[in-house]
Amino acid sequence: MTPPAIQIQQVHKRFGAVQALCGIDLEVAPGEFFGLLGPNGAGKTTLINILAGLTRADSGNVRIMGHDVIADYRESRRALGVVPQELVFDPFFSVRETLRIQSGYFGLKHNGAWIDEVMHHLDLTGKADANMRSLSGGMKRRVLVAQALVHKPPVIVLDEPTAGVDVELRQGLWEFVRGLNRDGHTIVLTTHYLDEAEALCARIAMLKLGRVVALDTTSNLVNRRDSLYIKLRISGATLPEALVGRVRDRHAGEHTLRLRSYAEIEPVLAHVRESGAQIDELELLQPDLEDVFVQIMNMEKGREGTEERRASSLLSPLAFPNR
Amino acid sequence: MSGFGTLLYKELLRFWKVAFQTIAGPVLTTLLYLLIFSHVMQGQAPVYGAVPYSAFLVPGLVMMAVLQNAFANSSSSLIQSKITGNVIFILLPPLSYWDFFAAYVLASVVRGVVVGAGVLLVSLGFVDLSFEHPLWILAFTLCGSAVLGTLGLIAGIWSEKFDQIAAFQSFIIMPLTFLSGVFYSIHSLPQFWQDLSRFNPFFYMIDGFRFGFFGASDINPALGLAVSTACLLMLAAFTLALLKRGYKLRH
Repeated sequence: MTPPAIQIQQVHKRFGAVQALCGIDLEVAPGEFFGLLGPNGAGKTTLINILAGLTRADSGNVRIMGHDVIADYRESRRALGVVPQELVFDPFFSVRETLRIQSGYFGLKHNGAWIDEVMHHLDLTGKADANMRSLSGGMKRRVLVAQALVHKPPVIVLDEPTAGVDVELRQGLWEFVRGLNRDGHTIVLTTHYLDEAEALCARIAMLKLGRVVALDTTSNLVNRRDSLYIKLRISGATLPEALVGRVRDRHAGEHTLRLRSYAEIEPVLAHVRESGAQIDELELLQPDLEDVFVQIMNMEKGREGTEERRASSLLSPLAFPNR
Repeated sequence: MSGFGTLLYKELLRFWKVAFQTIAGPVLTTLLYLLIFSHVMQGQAPVYGAVPYSAFLVPGLVMMAVLQNAFANSSSSLIQSKITGNVIFILLPPLSYWDFFAAYVLASVVRGVVVGAGVLLVSLGFVDLSFEHPLWILAFTLCGSAVLGTLGLIAGIWSEKFDQIAAFQSFIIMPLTFLSGVFYSIHSLPQFWQDLSRFNPFFYMIDGFRFGFFGASDINPALGLAVSTACLLMLAAFTLALLKRGYKLRH
């Protein structure tokens, strides 16, 4: 039986007074496209750093392709490529030197053909001999992706790779990553763009304050929503009293109302008709991942003690250095 | 190339790419010391018998350049990587802590030797030097630069900002090198300062290095090499322990 691409068991990590991760359990199967979502300070980057050996867990086990990240670090690091969140580079070297050196760290010889291929796919060939300092932010980001791929790792982790990246590059990057996934690479992605996660990831874990608060296939997550929205533009009268409780947003005569099911459409429209208002425009809004995300995060908010939440939201910006 | 070989190559390439700053600059500074001190001090400071002051000074300055540059290489390379964040490029691959240690220290040795050789070559144009015991010269060069390369690595691991590296350099490395008998024979000092100098490990390195040129020294070079080697082994063990734990590198 092939081992899971990533296996995380009961991982705890504390930074000073802040419990960054409190008992994370996750498994990612080989070949999956997996999303790791959560607000800032949820512990996504800490978890990735533990996979990569940049941070050490206080307790628990982490394996990449069956290799323990501490005991068999050489094997686990060979199996993993990480694209870091921050735009880091070595100002002394050109793009090609950077990639050659990175490949050498993995003990690879004669890797030039693959390096050329990676540069070609990421549109870096024209900049191969340019110094890293002279590249634009988007180009530097591509070099980071290339660096993560020089040793052909079966598991690739991308930590917010599209933060601050223009639309064209973002689409090119996703096309490339999708291709890698089709070729059998396991992909783990964190992003704040939930539409991206919805479009790309087959399965998603949501993290909040160091805990997994949701873990399911993307389609199950999207469908598990127990409400949908109807957007109405009305004229001739104000919104009837009976519907005020359903309002989610309202601006310039446009109301977005919450419905529990399609069966509620008719009674809502009846209320509007009876008030004498006229419907100028009507739109049904399908649930998307963003609604689910907001709903799950709010649910979690209700569940916790207020004190704890206040303490951690105050502490987290200080206590979560990304390096 | 192996992971270790690549890291060594990268460290060498790093200082080579900024050779004006890392090689030419230090060579020039050291030659200025030579010019000024040999002019001012000629005949003022008693040294070994018939050895003229400028000849006495050159090995001291060469070794000082070797030591300071070995320290500067590993410390500034690592702190730059930490501050810019690109240290992750060497933390993500399967490099062992031995690879890490050996590559940084060896690159520092090479930088120290290159700068020292540069100073020596140019000085030979002005000063007549003998090379009585070349093997002692080599032994002290390698051992001394390795000690300082290791110290630089410790400073780089421990520091979180440039300021702390600068403090390490100004308050520990500079005083210890300047007060190690580069410019004088410790026998010219009052007894108290002579005794104190014996607690300065850099004194043994400079003194032993000088023995290789003149066959004369303040203390027995075998003792000097023993002290230097003991320093190297202790510092190396300490640094390897830090790297193994991931101290301030892997959180």
